[in-house]
Amino acid sequence: MTVYLDNAATTKAYEEVGDLVRKVMCEEYGNPSSMHSEGMAGEKYVNKGKESLARILKVKEKEIYFTSGGTESDNLALIGGARALSRRGKHLITTCIEHPAVYNAMKYLEEEGFEVTYLPVTGGGQVESATLKEALRDDTILVSVMQVNNEIGTLLNIKELVQTVKEFRADILFHVDGIQGFAKYPFFPAKLGVDLYSLSGHKIHGPKGVGALYIREGAKVRPLLYGGGQQKDMRPGTENVPGIAGLALAAEMLWDNHGEKEARIRSLRNYFIAGLTKLPEVVIHGEKEETSAYILSVGFAGVKSEVLLHGLEEKGIFVSSGSACASNHPAISGVLKAIHTESAYLDSTLRFSFSEETTSEQIDYTLEVLYNIVPLFRKYTRR
Amino acid sequence: MKYQTFLIKYGEIGLKGRNRFIFEDALVRQIKFALKKVDGKFAVYKSQARIYVDCDGEYDYDETVEALQRVFGIVGICPVVRFAEEGFAALKKEVLSHMQEMYSDKEYTFKVESRRANKSYPLNSMEINRDLGEVILEGMPNMTVDVHHPEVLVNVEVRNEVYLYTQVIEGPGGMPVGTNGSAMLLLSGGIDSPVAGYMIAKRGVSLEATYFHAPPYTSERAKQKVVDLAKIVARSAGPIKLNIVNFTDIQLYIYDKCPHDELTIIMRRYMMRIAEHFAKESGCLGLVTGESIGQVASQTMQSLASTNEVCTLPVYRPLIGFDKRDIVEISEKIDTYETSILPFEDCCTIFVAKHPVTKPKLEVIRKSEEKLAEQIDELVATAIETTEVLNVRP
Repeated sequence: MTVYLDNAATTKAYEEVGDLVRKVMCEEYGNPSSMHSEGMAGEKYVNKGKESLARILKVKEKEIYFTSGGTESDNLALIGGARALSRRGKHLITTCIEHPAVYNAMKYLEEEGFEVTYLPVTGGGQVESATLKEALRDDTILVSVMQVNNEIGTLLNIKELVQTVKEFRADILFHVDGIQGFAKYPFFPAKLGVDLYSLSGHKIHGPKGVGALYIREGAKVRPLLYGGGQQKDMRPGTENVPGIAGLALAAEMLWDNHGEKEARIRSLRNYFIAGLTKLPEVVIHGEKEETSAYILSVGFAGVKSEVLLHGLEEKGIFVSSGSACASNHPAISGVLKAIHTESAYLDSTLRFSFSEETTSEQIDYTLEVLYNIVPLFRKYTRR
Repeated sequence: MKYQTFLIKYGEIGLKGRNRFIFEDALVRQIKFALKKVDGKFAVYKSQARIYVDCDGEYDYDETVEALQRVFGIVGICPVVRFAEEGFAALKKEVLSHMQEMYSDKEYTFKVESRRANKSYPLNSMEINRDLGEVILEGMPNMTVDVHHPEVLVNVEVRNEVYLYTQVIEGPGGMPVGTNGSAMLLLSGGIDSPVAGYMIAKRGVSLEATYFHAPPYTSERAKQKVVDLAKIVARSAGPIKLNIVNFTDIQLYIYDKCPHDELTIIMRRYMMRIAEHFAKESGCLGLVTGESIGQVASQTMQSLASTNEVCTLPVYRPLIGFDKRDIVEISEKIDTYETSILPFEDCCTIFVAKHPVTKPKLEVIRKSEEKLAEQIDELVATAIETTEVLNVRP
């Protein structure tokens, strides 16, 4: 049995998405900038893509810009936003549990002369508005907080945080990294007062190498790339038409009935947790706060996460240690440290992440395998 | 400058008396193998105790030189300008024009050294040297003669065509692979063993390799890393047959039965036994490891003696007297370093005791191994049977 529980790293594309991407690449391959009818066909997909995302986010079509993925969206939002507002101030705020695409963009901005405050989080991975309020300064120009944490799944309290910021000063840009939340949870940037929102294609059963950034009309962002005038010069370069078409279709499909899907996965997740707690010395990270149904972070004391990961792999079960992005570095997860995880679990944590393809049989099978191999691995671990 | 030929200089092979043709043929074979992936049409041949690579038509000069620089046995590579033999007056003109093209940028000292294959040529080599020297001196005011330590040695060979070369690019030296039998390398994902393999191959030995992995304690990526390392070594050493042994059950069994501070030594003894099994099976004449005295607990004199005693084949340890930084230097030179330092768990790191024995006594180790009697033969047999074999090509 193959059980893919690494959907927060990437997802399998919907069949329909694969078909459409192929069609756009091989049959309707025109460049949207060409004046002939083939070009029009390409343009149609770009416009349709904007329409789909705008509908799901309840924003205007002209506020959607396509990028090469989540990392570029985050970089454009943060670096472009900070540069545009740098004359008003040099202070930026983010949290200490952001994805490297945000964290390292902030580190870069420090080199450009900006000052960054990294907010601490609670034991459940939540940012408290009081903490944010304290960090706000007269020269604060941008705040970035993620919608769903990619390692432990915390749903951050964006509504309250935006309010705190906007009450303090309305012209501070508020960016949300929505990579793990988009189309799974309702999120309406315009209604919330969010100025910038990043999303990615391959986390929602779409293609890799495509994403988008919502930029509120009137919000000032300086482009990172310069070129042939596409996307109002905000993000020039021939549009990735097949990618955009695939992203839009995937978003539509995932968003359709998102509530029911979430509820079903939530109950699978709860069932999984109940099964896991039958093992001794197991901890669920981030449970003190509201978490995404799609992500579950579990610590198994006395087992090295990498070993357990490969042990599961031998049985056809694919998961991540910490998060796939962070685990390229041998260092221990920064998020787990930020939520004050006991040291016994730091190097012993796996991330299970679900999708609408996940079934209860798969969960049962995974539990059964864990019941067998966790005690075995615990025996062969140097303590 | 367009070179149509490379003259290949080889050192040690020249000394091999009546076996010489064996070495030369191997070198020709290795050169052909190395040039397979380079763009261009190459003719490699022996002629009058020399090896030539002709490359008429378009080819990539840099890639060609790079490929030749990896062929063991080559001491020097001389890029040759080749032109038609049309009398001495024409020859003088050609040589001067080539010299002007290559050496007009600053002052040089030079010397002409000529050979003629055709002894009926109107001038002997002394006369050719003298006359060409004169032509160059007259035509190029920046050149002066130095017969003892010339900066530019102008080699002119008169054959059916005229060969002119002035440069010698250094080759790796050593001996052509395939002239000294074969050996079994114990290859890990570390820095040392690929270097050890490279050094043995440089002496003309073809390589086979054995890698021990321990899934799930080691990952698919760690295995891929070893394959990648073998690939890099194969660029110089030629194709490598790689045996990938699943060592997990043996490792767990040793862990269950033996004192934990002896794990590494006992594990290594079984690795040597299994590697030797494959070595004998395919006619290898020795084992090769990347060990260096005292580098880690399993490489003290006592530990080496202990792992050595389980084999009957000689164990070659080309790095035995090297410091780590010397090994790193070679691994950087042969391009394995970057791959070696990728951070994946490897076989040795998980089952290592906090304080392993550094001076294992043979009797004690043998006694501990007796505790494995019940199942170990079966486990070893299974490991050998289930070994995956890959033919790794550059």
